[in-house]
Amino acid sequence: MNDILTLVIAKYNYWAFVVLMMIGLYGMIIKKNLVKKIIGMSIFQTAIILFYVSIGAKENATIPIVAHGSEAAGHGSSTIQAIDYINPLPHVLMLTAIVVSVATLGVALALAIRIYRQYHTLEEDDILSRINQS
Amino acid sequence: MIHQYPALIITVPLIAALLTVLVSWLNKKWCFPLACIGILIPLLAAVGLLLEVLEKGVVTYQLSGWRPPIGIEYRIDHLNALVLLVIFSVALLNLFGSRAKVLAEFPEKTGAFYGLSTLFVTGLAGITITGDAFNLYVLLEITALTGYALIGMGDRHAPLAGLNYLIMGTIGASFYLLGVGFLYLITGTLNMAELSVILPDLYGSRVVIFAFFLCLIGLFIKMALFPVHSWLPNAYAYMPTAASGLVAALTTKVMIYVMIRISLSVFTPAFAFSSILLKNALVWLAVISIVAGSILALAQKSLTRMLTFIIIAEVGYMVGGFWLGNRDGITGAVLHIVNDAAMTLCLFLAVGSIRFRLNSDRLDDLRGLFRKMPYTMLALIVGGFSIIGVPPSCGFFSKWYLIKGGLAAGSYEFVAALLFSSLVNVILFFRIIEIGFFNAPPPGQPVSHAQPIAGGISEAPLGMVVISLISATSLVILGLSTNILVGHMIRFIR
Repeated sequence: MNDILTLVIAKYNYWAFVVLMMIGLYGMIIKKNLVKKIIGMSIFQTAIILFYVSIGAKENATIPIVAHGSEAAGHGSSTIQAIDYINPLPHVLMLTAIVVSVATLGVALALAIRIYRQYHTLEEDDILSRINQS
Repeated sequence: MIHQYPALIITVPLIAALLTVLVSWLNKKWCFPLACIGILIPLLAAVGLLLEVLEKGVVTYQLSGWRPPIGIEYRIDHLNALVLLVIFSVALLNLFGSRAKVLAEFPEKTGAFYGLSTLFVTGLAGITITGDAFNLYVLLEITALTGYALIGMGDRHAPLAGLNYLIMGTIGASFYLLGVGFLYLITGTLNMAELSVILPDLYGSRVVIFAFFLCLIGLFIKMALFPVHSWLPNAYAYMPTAASGLVAALTTKVMIYVMIRISLSVFTPAFAFSSILLKNALVWLAVISIVAGSILALAQKSLTRMLTFIIIAEVGYMVGGFWLGNRDGITGAVLHIVNDAAMTLCLFLAVGSIRFRLNSDRLDDLRGLFRKMPYTMLALIVGGFSIIGVPPSCGFFSKWYLIKGGLAAGSYEFVAALLFSSLVNVILFFRIIEIGFFNAPPPGQPVSHAQPIAGGISEAPLGMVVISLISATSLVILGLSTNILVGHMIRFIR
């Protein structure tokens, strides 16, 4: 029990992403309202974005601008040590992923609007019963 | 100039897609020629690249001169040069074959349609050409997003089917992204060539194995392998017919290409095929996919839905063939990527013409259609024979390699599933022949928007018929040139 607790506490950020991902998956699969499904999808994508952002972070490191690092850590002003800077690459990648997820959300909401105009409801059960009637 | 071909393959259709949308506000007549240029130039570049690769081997291209660990590298070998050629050929044929349909289905939105379909092709080509795992994710999403939009343009229940596809597709892409995240976490690089150098030392690590599984699960959702196939039939059946030839023929095949690329180029064959348990489990999954797809296809009452379930069975062919893990199996899978793209295009073009004329694709409405639309039906039947695997057509040869691979690997269940699915396809297409040829058309049936023509022939517009026939002929040509394909172009499996 104690071991598990230490594991959870030591890597608490990763556990938070796992929980968020599961909430998102639950929303997408179990919920019957289309907008709730879309919200679940957004939470799911955000969890992965947070995971990436988190793997770039480092303790006692600063933003990757050369002037900042050498002043803050005091390794000598002339040498640049990689250990003084967080890894910027995952964050840059996530800028792209955020754009992708916003675009996905936009397309999803546009489709939801079309569905609402067509069936006058966003509850999946009602839509399916309407489809079966016609 | 030849040096810049890899860049042309992405930039030309991308710019053409944006220009098409802009130009449509000025004059809708310019959209079609612009889209043609946007496909034709990269098609020529793809031919040039294929010749270059055949002559000199692997071609690499560094975007704007940044060297690999920092910049994005495009890497073209025998496998993706071939897939690129297939993508642009299918796109060009579909562009010409669907022109009349686009004008009839959405006269107001031609700009949006051509823009989206050119962007869709850009995404597919990018997935194929890129040598960077994260770049692949972004292009995967470009393809998927334009795909959702194209499906949403359809009528009836298309938006709902599109939204279901969007949710499933996002789950798939997110799993792939997570897998790439784990690979980056442990190696610190996203370049595929570099990953394949660093990874072999880490194969014992659980992170690497987990990352491999995540990528595979994501791709399986995207390619609609059996237990996660539910999005495909509705999405493809309600899609506007003008887009269905493009989307249905290419999406699943490019995903299979990505699976092969990840398993063989990022990981090594020794790693991917190291677990007998995984291999057998995936071949069984493919067997279930083939059998279930075939049986469900039998139950369908409309032509398009029948074809969508045939696609699911064909995905099983390729996944199973690849995971047999021997030379014949993988050759069969790669050959089937090419052949299946051509076959699906041919079938969907023919069905598109039928839906254009009859405004329906229910099997009951096909009565007497051989007399009314002889050439379209000829294309449909040639496509059908190729799906069944009748010798001179290309479907026979890829199935031959797959069966040979199955026998060599001792997976008799896979061979049995292939034969079973061929038998079911015989039933499916002979049923169409029976309905279309021997059943008389119902008396006094009003043909929706066709002008009555003397002699009872009322074919689809000439352009559509010609393109259908060209793609049907290409099936036979592909079949006859199997030797060249296998001998020269599918050489990357050493």
